[in-house]
Amino acid sequence: MAVIGAGVMGCSTALHLARAGMKVLLLDRGPICREASGVNAGTLTMQMTRAALIPYALRAYEMWLRMGDWCDGGHVLGTACPGLSVAFTEQEAAMLEERARIRRQAGAPIEIVSGVRAREIEPGLSEKALIAGHCPMDGFASAYLTGRAFRPALLNAGVDLREDCAVRGIDAGFTLDTAQGRLDAARVVLSGGVWLEEMAGWLGVTLPIKTLINQLVVTERMAPVMRTVLGVASGLLSLKQYANGTVLIGGGWQGIGDRTRGGIAVKPESFLGNVRLAAHAVPALREARVVRAWLGLESETADALPAIGPIPGVPDAWIIGCVHSGYTSGPYMGRILAQAILGEAPELPLFPIDRLLAQEKAA
Amino acid sequence: MSSPYDMAVLGAGPAGMAAATLAAQHGARVVLLEESEAPGGQVHRAAPPGYTMPQDADRRAGDALRSALTASGAEQRMGVRIWGVGGGPLVQSGAAPVPFRLDGLSAGGQPFDLAARSLLLCTGTQERIIPFPGWTLPGVIGLAAATILLKAQGVLPGRRVVVAGAGPLLYAVAAKLLAHGAEVAAVVDLATPGEWLRALPALAARPDLLARGAAWRAQLVLKGVTVHHAARITDAEGDDVLRAVSVQSLAGGPTVRIEADALCIGHGLVPATEATRAFRAAHHYQPGMGGWVPVLDADFRSSVAALFVAGDGAGLRGAAAAPASGRIAALAALRDLGLLSEDAHRAARAPHAAAFARAARAGGAMARMMALRPELVAAIPPDTMICRCEGVTRAAIEAALDEGALTMNQLKQFTRCGMGPCQGRLCGEAAAELLARRVGGREAAGFATGRLPLRPVPMDALLGDFDYADIPVPAAAPI
Repeated sequence: MAVIGAGVMGCSTALHLARAGMKVLLLDRGPICREASGVNAGTLTMQMTRAALIPYALRAYEMWLRMGDWCDGGHVLGTACPGLSVAFTEQEAAMLEERARIRRQAGAPIEIVSGVRAREIEPGLSEKALIAGHCPMDGFASAYLTGRAFRPALLNAGVDLREDCAVRGIDAGFTLDTAQGRLDAARVVLSGGVWLEEMAGWLGVTLPIKTLINQLVVTERMAPVMRTVLGVASGLLSLKQYANGTVLIGGGWQGIGDRTRGGIAVKPESFLGNVRLAAHAVPALREARVVRAWLGLESETADALPAIGPIPGVPDAWIIGCVHSGYTSGPYMGRILAQAILGEAPELPLFPIDRLLAQEKAA
Repeated sequence: MSSPYDMAVLGAGPAGMAAATLAAQHGARVVLLEESEAPGGQVHRAAPPGYTMPQDADRRAGDALRSALTASGAEQRMGVRIWGVGGGPLVQSGAAPVPFRLDGLSAGGQPFDLAARSLLLCTGTQERIIPFPGWTLPGVIGLAAATILLKAQGVLPGRRVVVAGAGPLLYAVAAKLLAHGAEVAAVVDLATPGEWLRALPALAARPDLLARGAAWRAQLVLKGVTVHHAARITDAEGDDVLRAVSVQSLAGGPTVRIEADALCIGHGLVPATEATRAFRAAHHYQPGMGGWVPVLDADFRSSVAALFVAGDGAGLRGAAAAPASGRIAALAALRDLGLLSEDAHRAARAPHAAAFARAARAGGAMARMMALRPELVAAIPPDTMICRCEGVTRAAIEAALDEGALTMNQLKQFTRCGMGPCQGRLCGEAAAELLARRVGGREAAGFATGRLPLRPVPMDALLGDFDYADIPVPAAAPI
């Protein structure tokens, strides 16, 4: 098996396959977990996860928090804490209630609380909050540690990890044209995030993938100003303070870039909008200094649901990726894809891409 | 944003002052931006209002550049902090070129932005200090920091001072300390007298610099200051403040303990490349020019259209070469903008090119004296802090390298080295050299991707006053 793309999903798939006895090659054009899986906001939240993915995210949440148990001690400093999604206007309150209801139906333990109660849960929260969605099962990880966390387990499981080994194409019978020469595989998994569109093209499949250029901002270390994962009704804020005191500000505000050149420039308007929204939610952030902003590429399919399953018309070829809030669900998605590849029934259904290809044909 | 300037010059050291002056003299609309309160840079640092400082060669040269700048009519924005650089070729725009955009905080802390059709970076250097036990003790400061203290306000770093490290700054600082009445307990120079002798022919082109260096040395001899050549500081000791340092020959052998309440130490200067890295300009590793420097043509054009770099930030060539490099870059920018004809450009450029070549020879020799010495990195003990912001020791870095970190970005991710307020400026050189030992060199180790803000920026000043309704919150994510 050749797994192309060593992000969370590729790593998890490769690890589970190797542990089941398969001979696995894991390739990445750069270092392990250096793209979306290593530079995202590390939010492990149900309140920014699409409702259809809540059952997956709940299982993945447990995996992240107990990563050492199944990943040979590797960890991403997974932290459990309550999560709040806040409404500042009547319009947002209506949106929040509707979204909480849908997510609750999907299994997320979200309850609506008053602004007063929200401030009891999060003393750092602004008094301007009208209501909030409260999910006790929330948390965050330090995404930058993801590659370091997976690497030893992959090697222990016998995965042949090839970093800095770009794949340029796949010939019939899965001969991979790579930066380290031609490599043969009996099966392939494409797990290339925003680059899945190009990868699918190698197998003659047209699968349009949208690229988001998410922009993140982090402060220097500061005294505790908050203790929850904080978002807003629209989902466009993700705020949390790490144990080391840094506060990470995200929420999918867009920077400048594309998938050819990567994330290339911070967009000052997005930067300012994002930090203003953060400071509106947690006023003490005004005391902080920003030390870094960066960009991470997120991939999305046409219906913003995952692409996980066999590649139609290409036996022994599989695809995994493009989950909205993919980091949260990532390790679990890799596990169920591995189950399917191994001929077992996955614990939860996959997301085959036939629907996306059919749409493309119809269009 | 108002209409774009023809040229924005970032950094008002000798390169920036000369470039802005010349561009304005040619009728260009120029803005010169500088973090300090007055133009000058480190070498020509102006005295703050109310201070009278002795006139020396540096100050006279600085005053001449300042006068010309003022007379030129170039717009000067001093005391501003530019935290954001963008726009320009980074933004896809179809046919029309998009101007550069600079985001900053004014002297009064107000956010502002401006646009410019060309951008000249004259951001100079930062100090290299290779860690050793005790380097984070109060009382231990950089050589370059010491020159700022001494030049700006005549402040002494201590009463009994050891001066250690590499390059001409060593002797400049030691002489200034003596002139200001401090006791110089010792000078500890990484170089041998032979290395200094070999640099002399290049300096012969600049008898003024040679004479100044000789005068510095003479003062040390006069005051009976011991100079340890081919030696390094192995250890700084003290509880809350520095008490003593230990000196050892590079060849090994016993250490000498010297009591002191201050240690001024610097292992050379490194071109400041935050902005060119943020622009994703091409860089190459040139140890004789201070390390990673932007790839530039003879007119100081970078690989990014309309982005120029001059002065020591383009590669260490010294303050004497800086004005000429700034003028060459400014003229090229004007030509590229269509503000100067081909013929006029050629005529105007020639004298500056000659001046640069002459000064750069001497500056290059001094830069090579300040090149990174890998043996200092090799000697760092395991429990010594490399990244003081994030508390990352050499042992922690070696562990991350054992676990497979292959590049500077990955090392940063694995250890948090360089993620604190210094943004990698202080720890980056030692960390990169440790990585280079494993991966076969600094080119393979690479450098950390440039990130905004260029300096830590206070959120309160950035935010200003705003209403929630004014925040342009994008459309909600799908449920």
